[in-house]
Amino acid sequence: MPKFLPALLASLLLAACQSTPTTTAPVDERSTAPGTTAVPAASSSTPAASVTSLGINPLKDPNNILSKRNVYFDFDSFIVKEEYKALVTAHAKYLAGNKGAKMTIQGNADERGTHEYNLALGQKRADAVKKMMILLGATEAQVETVSFGKEKPRNPGHDESAWAENRRDDVVYQGE
Amino acid sequence: MCCHPRVLLLVLMLFLARPGLAQLTIEIIGGGANQIPIAIVPFGNELSYPLGISGVVGADLQRSGLFRLVDSTGISPRPTDAPEVRYPDWSTRGAEALLIGQILPLAGGEVEVRFRLLDVIKQTQLAGYSFVVSPKQFRATAHKIADVVYEALTGDRGVFSTKIAYITKAGRRFELQVADADGYNAETVVTSNEPLMSPAWSPEGQQIAYVSFENRKPVVYVQHLATGKRSMVASFRGSNSAPAWSPDGQKLAVTLSKDGGSQLFLMNADGSNIERLLSSGGIDTEAYFSPDGESLVFTSDRGGSPQIYRLSLATRLVERVTFEGSYNTSARYAPDGKSIVFVRREGGRLSIAVQDLASRQVQVLTSGHADEYPSFAPNGKMVLYEADSGGRGILAAVSSDGRVKQRLVAAGSDVRQPAWGPLPKNP
Repeated sequence: MPKFLPALLASLLLAACQSTPTTTAPVDERSTAPGTTAVPAASSSTPAASVTSLGINPLKDPNNILSKRNVYFDFDSFIVKEEYKALVTAHAKYLAGNKGAKMTIQGNADERGTHEYNLALGQKRADAVKKMMILLGATEAQVETVSFGKEKPRNPGHDESAWAENRRDDVVYQGE
Repeated sequence: MCCHPRVLLLVLMLFLARPGLAQLTIEIIGGGANQIPIAIVPFGNELSYPLGISGVVGADLQRSGLFRLVDSTGISPRPTDAPEVRYPDWSTRGAEALLIGQILPLAGGEVEVRFRLLDVIKQTQLAGYSFVVSPKQFRATAHKIADVVYEALTGDRGVFSTKIAYITKAGRRFELQVADADGYNAETVVTSNEPLMSPAWSPEGQQIAYVSFENRKPVVYVQHLATGKRSMVASFRGSNSAPAWSPDGQKLAVTLSKDGGSQLFLMNADGSNIERLLSSGGIDTEAYFSPDGESLVFTSDRGGSPQIYRLSLATRLVERVTFEGSYNTSARYAPDGKSIVFVRREGGRLSIAVQDLASRQVQVLTSGHADEYPSFAPNGKMVLYEADSGGRGILAAVSSDGRVKQRLVAAGSDVRQPAWGPLPKNP
């Protein structure tokens, strides 16, 4: 039994982590600024008409390009590279054909810049993909762009391969 | 099982032992050219209390890089008041200033702390005060004494009684913490499982604005330190970031992407009356008010690469401020408004630099590879910033002439984005 203790503790710690509220400070909601847009909460409803005749959600079907959600960028660049245009087009067409569907594009940056400027750079990357999608038939209301800057690196490393992985947009549909 | 008291206690203990609240320890790297030799005699009756005073005063003064501590061992009896001082004892040891004092118990558990700062050469008193405090307040009292000594001997305000704010990360846990300027008495302001960034002190030091990702996007909050109460002040569609207070504490400049791009907006500190400041096609971000409140410096890529610009709030005219190099960001005004500190990137390395606004002369202060997020001490003499130590963030400080360097190291956790708080209201 004692040899299970570390695992038990680890799982308890995880449980404790998960049950910890995200924040501990009380929020005074009344003082929220008038005119602010409410945070789009993760809706429980799935995007409309997202089921194909085969009964597989195309957004989740690994054989469907719509399951591909990452667009990678060059250093200090926000230009959508040729190799990602098919992916962006497919998502734009999906949005055009499913007016109830909404997505967030989350821009990210590698660590080689300052915090706030990288947040703005990640925003520019998200905006670049959004702009393409709008041109291809998605509507403004369907796509929100946000940035995590360099604050949420997928790869915590400090080399070129880590940086390349972190210069990225993630496409996340509402409810996912 | 989860709620078995003993297991729960153990889990709690592990949490308490987490490095998030670890003491920041300070290493001094450089030293000023002309250090003032000062002897600090242990205060009379000091050993009767668990927390001392004279040691904290000495550590404060030494940390500034402007003082050299002269050894007082062997002098007997140790003077605790002016009539007991034999000046030749100190002049032969090279001391130019002498700090003596005593702690006198009062009824009700409080004590009177008396001290005198003496000029050894002129054999006169430079300053002498008495504080009535609880022994629990000894660190704060020591910082006040260090402030008096610093100002009497250098002519500049001491910043030993100020606070700093910073972000820690340990595992998945992010905390915004506030601590004394020497790293002691760290307190958690807010905790989150998602990133926190960009802490900004209100001018009075009672509130902190910051950015939290807890809603899966950057949102700006303002939190009162005394009550812990906070409010969401900018949570528009898109990203909300880079809060900066106006010097009167009434307004916040923020960067919002709600209308496309990252653009500067001005609003009341409660989030009302939002007004767009500029329209550029690209990035305008990280605004910082001039001390007179009449202009903002900010980072923009309008010229192709990120550079510092200045916006006059009266005329809405923008002028470029930085011209050297292809990457200059994160500008903050010095308290006198005459210079800015900022981050420059050259050859992939981020370093801290200052630029005189009139002459445009740039001085690079640091030589790390990822030094960023600078903020001036409220007396303008030091710059606190984030440095990298083997992939981990640590806090560091450099004197604004580049001569004295310090590192503030917290064991085990990542410490980033420091912001030096204002001078206390009643020093």
